[in-house]
Amino acid sequence: MHKHRIFIAAIITEILILMVLFLSGISRLKSAEGLLQRKTELVKSLMLTDLSVWTEARYTRHPSQADWFAPFQDYPSSIEHFPAGSLLHPPSGAYGEGVE
Amino acid sequence: MRKHLKILEYALSSLWRRKFKSLGIIAVFSLIIFTLSSILLLTYAFKREAMEVLRGAPELIVQRISAGRHEMIPSWYGKRIQEIPGVGMVIPRYWGYYYDPSTGGNYTVMAAAGRGDRKLEMLSGKYPPAGGEVVVGKGVAESRFLSEGSRIPIKGSDGQVRNFIVAGIFTDESSLLTNDLIIMSLMDFRDVFKTGNERATDLVVQVFNPDEVENVARKIREIFPDTRPITRKEILRTYDTLFDWRSGMVLTMFGGALLAFIILAWDKAAGLSAEERHEIGILKAIGWETSDIMELRFWEGFVTSSVSFLTGLIGGYLHIFFFGASIFAPALKGWSVIFPSFRLLPYLNPYQVVVLMFLTVIPYMAATIFPSWKAAITDPDVVMRG
Repeated sequence: MHKHRIFIAAIITEILILMVLFLSGISRLKSAEGLLQRKTELVKSLMLTDLSVWTEARYTRHPSQADWFAPFQDYPSSIEHFPAGSLLHPPSGAYGEGVE
Repeated sequence: MRKHLKILEYALSSLWRRKFKSLGIIAVFSLIIFTLSSILLLTYAFKREAMEVLRGAPELIVQRISAGRHEMIPSWYGKRIQEIPGVGMVIPRYWGYYYDPSTGGNYTVMAAAGRGDRKLEMLSGKYPPAGGEVVVGKGVAESRFLSEGSRIPIKGSDGQVRNFIVAGIFTDESSLLTNDLIIMSLMDFRDVFKTGNERATDLVVQVFNPDEVENVARKIREIFPDTRPITRKEILRTYDTLFDWRSGMVLTMFGGALLAFIILAWDKAAGLSAEERHEIGILKAIGWETSDIMELRFWEGFVTSSVSFLTGLIGGYLHIFFFGASIFAPALKGWSVIFPSFRLLPYLNPYQVVVLMFLTVIPYMAATIFPSWKAAITDPDVVMRG
């Protein structure tokens, strides 16, 4: 008659760990408000438009500034060949809505 | 209450009897939850952070398009745009890309023009750079082993190499924005890229009334049909859809993990092993009610799925917010030579956690209970004989 005690203790421990993680996350977010503000100011000062994540191609470095056909720009019907291109979701406009 | 605890105790003993199988299922189930939760946490946190910081992006950018490609824009376009009612300043932006043959990396080169005279935080060193000086991002500094005062050679479009002195380096905290940046004076930018004095990369247009941005963009398109105005709303919308769990490879990973879970649950739902049937038959024969057997199976499913769910979720959270998505990094990096370390803020969407729970725990428990119910309502003799 002790296995269920071990199980209940394990579940409670896991829930507690999860709650500690979530709560520490909330406090991290609160303390990062200043950091976010500084980042937004930096974006404003340098007039940045994109995040510096994928630097392998123009359309992955500046997705918001690229043409919708940029991944296929080399020649007609060329395939998209940069790996990061397969991670990015095409902008909603590319599906037809909002295209002028 | 005592009865329920006894049934739980029996369920745990029954799982422990088949410990290798049970632990194997818990390990696989936890791994699936770990993958699914990592994907959901990463994409949501990335998106939220992008949306937060890009609120500071220019409200309207005007690009010139020539033969379907982005082209440098003549400065006089700006003067004409400034005449549109409601338009404030028009600031040219000068930026481009530089391929560094020694590291194989691509850098984004910008001129510290326009609002570049502002004092910058998140930078060690001085800003704006004077002639012959540059300010670089952490990624550039690391790939070229640069520190303040060291020199970085940059080959211009005329083939001549120019040595710039590093006047400042952006801090690690700003890497998500500045990792690959090289900022130099406008004079140096024009000298390196030979862009001429009358052309900019694009124009930032200040609009006094935020509600008028779309109208101003429409007017610019009417006056200059060869331009493409990009509003801040469009930039934010791009980032809203860009890094989504539904995107390309992320969806493949997500789909793979989900399919693995379906196979796991299906294996359970498809039927009971001879041993499990035998057990149900014996329990019925010694007086267990159908409802007791159902409760026994419920507890078995609950133990397996709750332990797996919590373990997987804790693992996913630690993976993304404490270890910077290190397992996904090789896939995320692609061909990028310089890549920022993901130190994302722990934005969490409780809705996603609840959906993940309902998509995995509940179907698994249902898949455990259903075949037992079929066996439990059958005569014990028939069940035991198989």
